[in-house]
Amino acid sequence: MKPMDLTAAELGRAIKEKQTTAMEAMQAVFEVIGKREESLNCYVTVDREAAFQRAEEVQKRIDRGELTGPLAGVPVAVKDNLCTKGMRTTCSSRILGNFVPSYTAEAVVKLEEAGAVIIGKTNMDEFAMGSTTETSAFGPTRNPWNEAYVPGGSSGGSAAAVAAGECFMALGSDTGGSIRQPASFCGIVGMKPTYGTVSRYGLIAYGSSLDQIGPLCRDVTDCAAMLEVISSHDAKDSTSIAREDTDFTAALTGDTAGLRIGIPRAYFAEGLAPAVRERVLAAAEVLRERGAIVEEFDLDLVQYAIPAYYTIASAEASSNLERFDGIKYGYRSGETEGLHKMYKKTRSEGFGEEVKRRIMLGSFVLSSGYYDAYYLKALRVKALIRQAFDAAFSAFDLILGPAAPTTAPLLGESLQDPIKMYLGDIYTVAVNLAGLPGITVPCGLDNTGLPVGMQLIGNCFEEKKLLRAAFAYEKARGAFAACREEA
Amino acid sequence: MANIISEETIEYVGILAKLELSDEEKKQARKDMARMLDYIDQLNELDTEGVEPMSHVFSVENVLRRDVVTGGDMRDALLANAPEEKDGMFVVPRTFE
Amino acid sequence: MGKEKQYETVIGLEVHVELATRTKIFCGCSTAFGGEPNTHTCPVCTGMPGSLPVLNEKVLEYAVSVGLATGCEITRYCKFDRKNYFYPDNPQNYQISQLYLPICRNGSVEIETKDGTKQVGIHEIHMEEDAGKLIHDEWEGCTLVDYNRSGVPLIEIVSEPDMRNAEEVIAYLEKLRLIIQYLGASDCKLQEGSMRADVNLSVREAGEAYGTRTEMKNLNSFRAITRAIAGERERQIDLLEAGEAVIQETRRWDDERGCSYAMRSKEDAQDYRYFPDPDLTPVRISEAWLAERKAALPEFQTEKKIRYREEYQIPDYDIEILTGSRQMAELFEKTTALCGEPKKVSNWLMGEAMRLLKERGLDPEDIRITPSNLAELIAMTNRREINGAAAKEVFEAMFDTDVDPARYAQEKGLLMTHDTDALTRAVKQVLKDNPKSVEDYRGGKEKAIGFLVGQTMKAMHGKADPALINGMLRELLSGEAKFDA
Repeated sequence: MKPMDLTAAELGRAIKEKQTTAMEAMQAVFEVIGKREESLNCYVTVDREAAFQRAEEVQKRIDRGELTGPLAGVPVAVKDNLCTKGMRTTCSSRILGNFVPSYTAEAVVKLEEAGAVIIGKTNMDEFAMGSTTETSAFGPTRNPWNEAYVPGGSSGGSAAAVAAGECFMALGSDTGGSIRQPASFCGIVGMKPTYGTVSRYGLIAYGSSLDQIGPLCRDVTDCAAMLEVISSHDAKDSTSIAREDTDFTAALTGDTAGLRIGIPRAYFAEGLAPAVRERVLAAAEVLRERGAIVEEFDLDLVQYAIPAYYTIASAEASSNLERFDGIKYGYRSGETEGLHKMYKKTRSEGFGEEVKRRIMLGSFVLSSGYYDAYYLKALRVKALIRQAFDAAFSAFDLILGPAAPTTAPLLGESLQDPIKMYLGDIYTVAVNLAGLPGITVPCGLDNTGLPVGMQLIGNCFEEKKLLRAAFAYEKARGAFAACREEA
Repeated sequence: MANIISEETIEYVGILAKLELSDEEKKQARKDMARMLDYIDQLNELDTEGVEPMSHVFSVENVLRRDVVTGGDMRDALLANAPEEKDGMFVVPRTFE
Repeated sequence: MGKEKQYETVIGLEVHVELATRTKIFCGCSTAFGGEPNTHTCPVCTGMPGSLPVLNEKVLEYAVSVGLATGCEITRYCKFDRKNYFYPDNPQNYQISQLYLPICRNGSVEIETKDGTKQVGIHEIHMEEDAGKLIHDEWEGCTLVDYNRSGVPLIEIVSEPDMRNAEEVIAYLEKLRLIIQYLGASDCKLQEGSMRADVNLSVREAGEAYGTRTEMKNLNSFRAITRAIAGERERQIDLLEAGEAVIQETRRWDDERGCSYAMRSKEDAQDYRYFPDPDLTPVRISEAWLAERKAALPEFQTEKKIRYREEYQIPDYDIEILTGSRQMAELFEKTTALCGEPKKVSNWLMGEAMRLLKERGLDPEDIRITPSNLAELIAMTNRREINGAAAKEVFEAMFDTDVDPARYAQEKGLLMTHDTDALTRAVKQVLKDNPKSVEDYRGGKEKAIGFLVGQTMKAMHGKADPALINGMLRELLSGEAKFDA
């Protein structure tokens, strides 16, 4: 049998049934890495030796019956903004280029406890600021479907690695769409859980009130299994929530009868690529055929989500990134004459352009005289956006729309105009502002052969409804062409 | 463009954010920030009178820990990443002139 | 013309108090003093990427208790904010503090002044984290950072500008210290930095609006505070008299040179960009919890003084001193409960204890004698097992190491002898050896008896009861007997 043909859940079962081993699975992953990594650049750090060593240990524990979960022995990748003890964690930034954490992020601990085997750390937009993985200090990641295109971002390395078969599943983080959008661009399933579902302890913060860790997977079943493993109530994260309904795989019933699905008219207005519009509406039709009630409606305030998001995220980021100062870890400029000179040189040389742009904006909107007009205003708009979703969820179980206005852009195309790039986040950022869960599922290819993703948005704590609908759609759709076979 | 970002403002924000920009970068930053603020100014179209600013989405409150020592001595692990270290401490350029 | 302007000094204080918790405000690291640099640290209190804060419940308890004890309104829904500024002692380059919704507001404390009592308003009390320590390495020309103190919990008590001179400032600080020590929330030591006062001062002509104020830092003693207030008042008046403006700024007091200087740099924008910390959740205080805190408040000095007057027959002066520290008051009450002799307990504390505190350079809070040991010592003197001088020796040992008095007296051979034959022999010998004193006494010189008692004590190696000797001597001398035979 060829491990690469399996999903993570299938692989886990095959290992348990002794049809293959954790080492064989890891071997298969490294074969793909050997073929494709040089051009795709999915990873910032790969620790081959440690990966095989751990695969062996995990296999022993599986054989002894100590590890029985669905992910035992499955090779996984971790976004490089999640701390891993003893393994370099860079946020794809020069300023953390040599940082080796002294502890492991809670979500990664959960994965390891479940017997998943870490392959390495995936590339991303620097500090998760970007939508293309081009702002990485370690070079861009390429889209495995067509290497002339970006994989999306900021979790582009994770998405591309899953799509290309350089891992079976991966962790990402989503502050304004950073899981859902690259999953959409790479033709895989990506999910952002309800804020507070996965501990943020060990996630290097971008916008703390918006950041949430989530899975990037080959299918909905893998996504549910991974989410089940990483969800936890963590006493180390004050914003972590105690939930009892985290048996997400139980939601994979295929039943969509009576699900009320709302389609916001504004999500299909001007600016949406025709191919994306067509594929997503076709996917909605599939759900309708399977018993869901699908209706159009007017979701309020859609166009205000992006300005509110960039105000809040930049403000929080400007503060979160103050700790990178050349004193305790990471890069320090050679020019250290005087404290303030050292700070300025270190940070100016250590951070990339996009990060500096957001730090400047964030510092400005918090500064004396502007706090009320910009920051508080944005928080008020956030409250209104939340109300708009509350109203929508009083009528619907789920909201359906695209994940991004277009399929993946060409490399180099987006960085020319930052605001244009920000506009690409229109369908994803509101979900973060309101703390909601969202999932993207591949629903077709455009004319250039690039994947299109459908996004489903649920009310808080209603991941199960999302997974139910996503799973039902996926079953109806049938197998999605896998780009990894090109390898 | 409605917003005009002066050279002084960029200088001031540079002091707050501890970033030193070249003249070229400053010029670009003034332009970028002005454009971004123009864009953000859309929010003023909304009447938010009487709306409470929402910093936390959920009403999770009173997350507290017991006053029990759990942290150990992590000095060596923490100092391992320091660009410069001396006598078990982090070294910085002198803080007084 | 020529009439001297009358200036009034207006003073408000920002007092930082280190809370007596076991662990830091946002992580489980120890707050203990004296560790090697950076040995009480973890990812949270050193600002490691990805680490997150979680509030220590004891900090909230202490802050609310101090608020209740100073008559503050307790904010039922409070939040933490980030104060952003770059400095190496602050590992995140933001300090977690409270600006928008501090835990306590609008309180006051009563102080005694030479013109009677006065209320000093408390504007607010907020919770925040302390910074690390910077050590200047003169040899290398660099600065070293130790984060052991980083994240130690503080409350900042901000007063209204209600004080007018150094005496009031010190009375206010003493009062705060007493309240907080009674609560056990801090030991409030100015010298050790567990209590720190920043002085906001302005001057104005009588009846005018408030002038521009300055903030003075680095005041480590009452003496420094007094001198800094005088110096700053003078500096501001000089400026005004010269027609110059006072600049609102932060100044550092140099106690050695006796002057202050401005802490200004163009790199310090003093724009802290406060915003609610998204990593911490709000705190909501319930009626029930608040009632628990109120019920747990100790009896403070004012109430204690009234009760002492009713319960114990001791002088007002003693009451003032004994209730001047919770440690002392507790020792007094518990010992009295054990032995039932308030006057004797008070005498020990007011006399020997105070003398030793002064001699050792300690504060009343440092007293470590246990009530049962002090009660035992009093019982021993009552039972005449030990004489006064020996008791003082035992007390000193108890003061230093809290020894068991009976065992200590036994080991050191301080117990009195009850061998009356030996005592009678010694007394007779002394009378025989000192015919001159005998003659003096019989001739009406009462004082001579003292000498004879002393001689007998000496002969008994101090282990006798001087009162008993005194009695025996008087009895023997009352007759006509001759002793030189």
